[in-house]
Amino acid sequence: MESGTKENTSFDADKIREHFPIFFQPENEGLIYFDSAATSQRPREVLTACNNFYEKINANAHRGAYKIAEKATAAFEAAREKTAKFIGAGRTEEIIFVRSTTEAINFVAYGWARKFIGVEDEILVTEMEHHSNLIPWQVAAQKTGARLRFLKMNENGVLPLDQLDSLLSRKTKLVAVTHVSNVLGTVNPVKEIIRAAHNVGAKVVVDGAQSVPHLPVDVVDLDADFFAFSGHKMLAPMGIGVLYGKTALLEEMEPVYYGGEMINDVDYYQSTWNDLPWKFEAGTQNIAGAIGLGAAIDFINSIGIDTIREHDHSLTEYALNELKKIKDLVILGPTENRGPAISFTLGNIHAHDLATYLDQKNIAIRSGHHCAKLVMKKFNVAATARASFYLYNTKSEIDALVHALNEAKGYFSKWR
Amino acid sequence: MALDELYQEIILEHYKKPKNMGLLENADIKVEGKNPFCGDEIELAIKLKDDIIENVTFDGSGCAISQASASLMTEKIKGKSIVEVKKLISTFKKMVKGEDDSQVNRDNLEELLALQGVSEFPSRIKCALLAWNTLLLGLEEKLNKKAGEK
Repeated sequence: MESGTKENTSFDADKIREHFPIFFQPENEGLIYFDSAATSQRPREVLTACNNFYEKINANAHRGAYKIAEKATAAFEAAREKTAKFIGAGRTEEIIFVRSTTEAINFVAYGWARKFIGVEDEILVTEMEHHSNLIPWQVAAQKTGARLRFLKMNENGVLPLDQLDSLLSRKTKLVAVTHVSNVLGTVNPVKEIIRAAHNVGAKVVVDGAQSVPHLPVDVVDLDADFFAFSGHKMLAPMGIGVLYGKTALLEEMEPVYYGGEMINDVDYYQSTWNDLPWKFEAGTQNIAGAIGLGAAIDFINSIGIDTIREHDHSLTEYALNELKKIKDLVILGPTENRGPAISFTLGNIHAHDLATYLDQKNIAIRSGHHCAKLVMKKFNVAATARASFYLYNTKSEIDALVHALNEAKGYFSKWR
Repeated sequence: MALDELYQEIILEHYKKPKNMGLLENADIKVEGKNPFCGDEIELAIKLKDDIIENVTFDGSGCAISQASASLMTEKIKGKSIVEVKKLISTFKKMVKGEDDSQVNRDNLEELLALQGVSEFPSRIKCALLAWNTLLLGLEEKLNKKAGEK
């Protein structure tokens, strides 16, 4: 199906697709992948970089005094440097490699919050958090005796900032907020939230899992205290993630894992910790994963994150417009200033039934609560369908989705 | 696998007009089940007469598969003994998971065979099993309680 609308001329998604082997497997013929908010696909360049590590320089980093170990160490640390530059971190050692966004946030919860938050204190989270930026704070509040408070969202899935005055006080020690909602697509005014939090002396942890793949991010400009994101949603392998933290905070923070590599000096009854970032990187790290993340950043940079943002934005605008034309289709979340994830319900067709139907048309969407049950409660739905886009998606794929949704309505209408 | 084999007419009928919907009063067993993967919920209320399921009703929300499976289940187990029902649960599970079973067991499922197509849709197996796992939980809680009283 042709959309009749011209694709963004500065950007050719069809050409980009050629870098992604998943679309060229015979068994995946016709695959329309609209679940990049769950995990992105990976370009050949990333896969090759990981493979090259194992084939050519496989050795443990920071350990061996031989050539391939030195190359492995250099490649691992080069990936850290690329990552630091990519998000505008002031210092390379402020980049801690972890497994995922979830692990990064848990590092802050265990290493920082449990040390510095007490019974008189408050933790402020928003209603639109993914469980990964909610449950660690629920448990931290339970363990420390701190009070957990909520920044509410309105019916458009936007966080009105006029609540901040009444929610923030000297008691607030930490604010946890997502940069871009994984369900609603809302791009939150994190810079303003951070400024307000800093005014009362609170630290802020930002969940950047849905922002770093799609928008230019500058952690210094945002003035974020902690910033977490995952590699696998931005073309890198699974199992590599990043915790950025300001040097002063990382220095006062406790290690979360203890063991090899994270020590400076070891004695029988006590030990001292290594410098940043290695203080937080106990045990053998996911070196191939980090190198893959570096390759993903190179790939993104070769296109330009601004170009990717424009492409995502034009797809999202187009999809919102086309989806609106479908009767009984309800879109959750804001109509503008949003990331490329669109959650919706279609009449009384359950999201799961809809996803199965679309899968028969080779269209992969997500259905369910998207690990954000508070959002589901707020909008009074048990589950939604979600289509999310990335640099390899095209408008004609969106046309195919719209066509299939109209067909699905016909198919399921015989039920009513 | 064609979609129509998953969404068979009998499944759509039970989804449209579920049987035994709404919760019994004075139930001997009340049990809730959730599918954390998709947010589907179900509540069962069972009235026993000795070891026989005299009546059973359900309430809940979810996709066509989970709702139809619950509705078909309530119809099927009414009047059966707990022992028979436990055997039926295991037979049903085998079917939707696509595991081998004897022809006698399979035939015994009767209308429930309409859910056979689920085995071709691995992500939907949990939907079909929600009501059955909830039932099993309720029966076992009851049996454990009984054993505790003895």
